[in-house]
Amino acid sequence: MEKFTKVTGVAAPLMRQNVDTDLVIRIERLVSNTGREGLGPYCFEQIRFRPDGTENPDCVFNQAPYRGAPIILSADNFGCGSSREGAVWALAGMGVKAVIAPSYGDIFFNNCFQNGVLPVKLPIEEVERLAEETRASPGNARVTVDLENCQVVSPTGRIIPFEVDARRQHALLNGLDDIAQTMTHKDAIAAWQGADRTARPWVWL
Amino acid sequence: MAKTLFDKIWDSHVITDLGNGFVLLHIDRLLLHDLSGARALQEATEKGYAPAQPRLVYATPDHAISTAPGRTEQTFPPGEPLIRGMRASTAQHGIRLFDIGQDGNGIVHVIGPELGLTLPGTTLICGDSHTCTHGGMGALAFGVGSSELVHALATQTMVQRKPRRFRVSFEGAIPAGVTPKDMILHLIGEVGTAAGTGHAVEYAGSAIRSLPVEGRLTICNLSIEMGARTGMVAPDDATFAYLQGRDYAPKDGLWDRALAHWRTLPSDPDAEFDREHTIDMSRVAPQITWGTSPEHVIAVDRPIPDPAAGPEDKRAAWTAALQYQGLEPGKPIEGTRVDWVFIGSCTNSRLSDLRAAAAIAKGRRTASHVHAWIVPGSERVKREAEAEGLDRIFTEAGFEWREPGCSMCIASNGERVPPGQRSVSTSNRNFVGRQGPGARTHLASPAMAAAAAIRGVITDVRKL
Repeated sequence: MEKFTKVTGVAAPLMRQNVDTDLVIRIERLVSNTGREGLGPYCFEQIRFRPDGTENPDCVFNQAPYRGAPIILSADNFGCGSSREGAVWALAGMGVKAVIAPSYGDIFFNNCFQNGVLPVKLPIEEVERLAEETRASPGNARVTVDLENCQVVSPTGRIIPFEVDARRQHALLNGLDDIAQTMTHKDAIAAWQGADRTARPWVWL
Repeated sequence: MAKTLFDKIWDSHVITDLGNGFVLLHIDRLLLHDLSGARALQEATEKGYAPAQPRLVYATPDHAISTAPGRTEQTFPPGEPLIRGMRASTAQHGIRLFDIGQDGNGIVHVIGPELGLTLPGTTLICGDSHTCTHGGMGALAFGVGSSELVHALATQTMVQRKPRRFRVSFEGAIPAGVTPKDMILHLIGEVGTAAGTGHAVEYAGSAIRSLPVEGRLTICNLSIEMGARTGMVAPDDATFAYLQGRDYAPKDGLWDRALAHWRTLPSDPDAEFDREHTIDMSRVAPQITWGTSPEHVIAVDRPIPDPAAGPEDKRAAWTAALQYQGLEPGKPIEGTRVDWVFIGSCTNSRLSDLRAAAAIAKGRRTASHVHAWIVPGSERVKREAEAEGLDRIFTEAGFEWREPGCSMCIASNGERVPPGQRSVSTSNRNFVGRQGPGARTHLASPAMAAAAAIRGVITDVRKL
């Protein structure tokens, strides 16, 4: 899996509540493209493009300093709705390495960690401040997301700590493969299953 | 120590504590559908893993197939490679596939309970966010992304943090015209789409106890729409009566043993929840969503909300939603002209849902400007509905009677509400563009949807 240690770059101030994963990637893009690559052009297509296919100039992702930004700033409940992991793949395809928001849909949150994308949780006041500092100096403002030290560095150099599960932090920093890690518990799994076959035989079809 | 239903199932499935709040959880059932399932099987194989327990894995195509009468895998061409891939992968690994036209085929969250694959006290996952539906059987069921699905196929486990426990109690008699769909929509309207984030929800109370299993499945289905990790209802005699005799349910001696185990599952009387909420059923009316989130919902006899009068932090979102939906604040929502009615989806496509819709449709005609579709949830539901003559009630009323599949809920098979057109849908999401680019969705119960088809406008079903 992609490692994530630190990213420094422009943060696109999307600042929307309840960004659902249908908005991030339309379902038909996942029917015609079942793999993890190639979804970047369709990320947020409903707001990036007008019905006639031309770019929507009002969309933050089409505005000069924010194009290709590796960080997105947003409001509550980012990534709610559908479990489609394609939402993370599309974000990654558009160049996103980290999202900063107060809260996330649970499944999307888990999916990020499977793909080397870091979902940072910060209180809305902090995210709004980052957005303000960014908008104040759009060409120059840079945000750093540092997973080693669990901190965000704002465009004016303020340090904002964030929390992330130690296990997930370790896995992202080292690009660890979940399946390989679980396979080290093969014996415990087999033992549990053996006992369960005796205790609940009706489950074992 | 007193435990909740959720605690009992979770704790008994922990294989090992991985530290830092994570455990390795055994997964008793894996369900696969055509969009994520075939791909996950392929990926597991590419990584060098065969499915760990193929007999605990079941598959059905539902998302990317057409629901046109007589459809095949070729009717919606982009879905064909997915279905063929699913056939090849499941055959290669000895996984049971309920293929198009076969008994047992249908929407994955309809066939699980219907076939007795979903059992009380089991853990179940699927690569779909509405997997929480199966909690209505007293199972611990949740949706996962593709990577976690591949991991579960390879290891029969998941690495998870234990969610917190949230109990929602619905108390009192269910008023006339109010259905399980209205109950869960009303709840989401009250608590919002993030109330359940990080929580497993148990639905309890006298109103829940009075519901048949299919109604409980509907309620659990929308758990994800309040952000919950999962939703569940404690199994009881209604659950056991529903299950007895079904294909994969235990029989004879095993049935008796299973029953004894299942009766130990309900929450202990003194069990504690991290959060509780109670709904007084006398305050619940038939619901209709007005905006672009399931939390944008009102009783059908209320006016469309005014952003200026609503909470300040919702003002921008409400204004944008009303603009997208082409609705004016303050006006009654009743009487809003409707172009499409879709009765189907994993929320409301079971026999009881079709009966409810048929009771409204019987002896009436759909409005001439409305396209109205009935998409049964499975081959079995379709057959049973036809045996009762529901299909004829619908077709005589002007509804289209179609084949099982997800269809217009998610529009991943080309079956879309055209841009700018308005639908009343028995599905679970009204997001921007969900039913097609520019589509305007209003979520409601099957009876409410049928009433809208008849009148051609959003209608209070109690007035029919």
